Amino acid sequence: MTASASTMSPPPTAEQYEEKEFGFWLYLMSDAAIFALLFATYMMMVGNTAGGLPGKELFSLERAAGETALLLLSSTAFGFAAVALSAGERSRTVIWLLVTFALGAGFICLEVGEFWGMIQEGAPPERSGFLSAFFTLVGTHGLHVSIGLLWIAVMIGQVLFKGLTAPVASRLMRLGLFWHFLDIIWVIIFSVVYLPGLL
Amino acid sequence: MESSGYPVERTVKPYLIGLALAVTLTAIPFALVATGALTKGTTLGVIVAAALLQIVVHLRFFLHIGLRTPRENLIALAFACVLIFIMVGGTLWIMFDLYHRMMV
Repeated sequence: MTASASTMSPPPTAEQYEEKEFGFWLYLMSDAAIFALLFATYMMMVGNTAGGLPGKELFSLERAAGETALLLLSSTAFGFAAVALSAGERSRTVIWLLVTFALGAGFICLEVGEFWGMIQEGAPPERSGFLSAFFTLVGTHGLHVSIGLLWIAVMIGQVLFKGLTAPVASRLMRLGLFWHFLDIIWVIIFSVVYLPGLL
Repeated sequence: MESSGYPVERTVKPYLIGLALAVTLTAIPFALVATGALTKGTTLGVIVAAALLQIVVHLRFFLHIGLRTPRENLIALAFACVLIFIMVGGTLWIMFDLYHRMMV
């Protein structure tokens, strides 16, 4: 992608950007299939606590609500960055990307704290089938968010040093798809894992 | 500064609508679980309904899926939904059936 942009070939057309966005959309759909199977696995394993602590003892409604709020606000902040991008306002785009990054980082901090607390409480992934499925599902989402944070950091750098060029704008649009997609996965996580677990 | 060269117009409005709807659809199931106001079965039903609605809200207002979305994107989305339905539905069906046969 960067190689073709830096060579002497003519700049990509709007149609080629649409093709790239479609390709990324296909990746997201395959990622959705991965998460769907992790959800199916979790639903199968949720009762298999092997005498260990169940979700009711381990999950915290307040923490889940905090994580949900941070990720939703982060997703909205990215939306505002997209608005600033379409208006061609470079500094406002960077500010909203920084807000998105900070909220996403807050989410990861809460989640790492949650995982660490569970491991300290004697509920590590290897304790039971339920915990293996929980850490795999929520951890895979957390890994995606972490990679998204790295991507946001790279894009902040690109907006600062390259400006809002067409390739940078195109990458930001794909990053937006990725970031909003992860928020949808989180909605399913709190609806399948945390809320029924605490019920 | 000149425009970004990328042919997408974005306004704040859909994001604010999406945020308001998402907050509402999150607050309702969380409040029900926190207070235990309804029976377990009803609460589960509300959680599922709120989640499905919120997914639609996110697709519409954050991912801007709509009538102007390219057709192939919608086909890919529909295909993914069918695939997920078959894989998740099939997994749950087979495994719970197996579970009952092993336990009874």
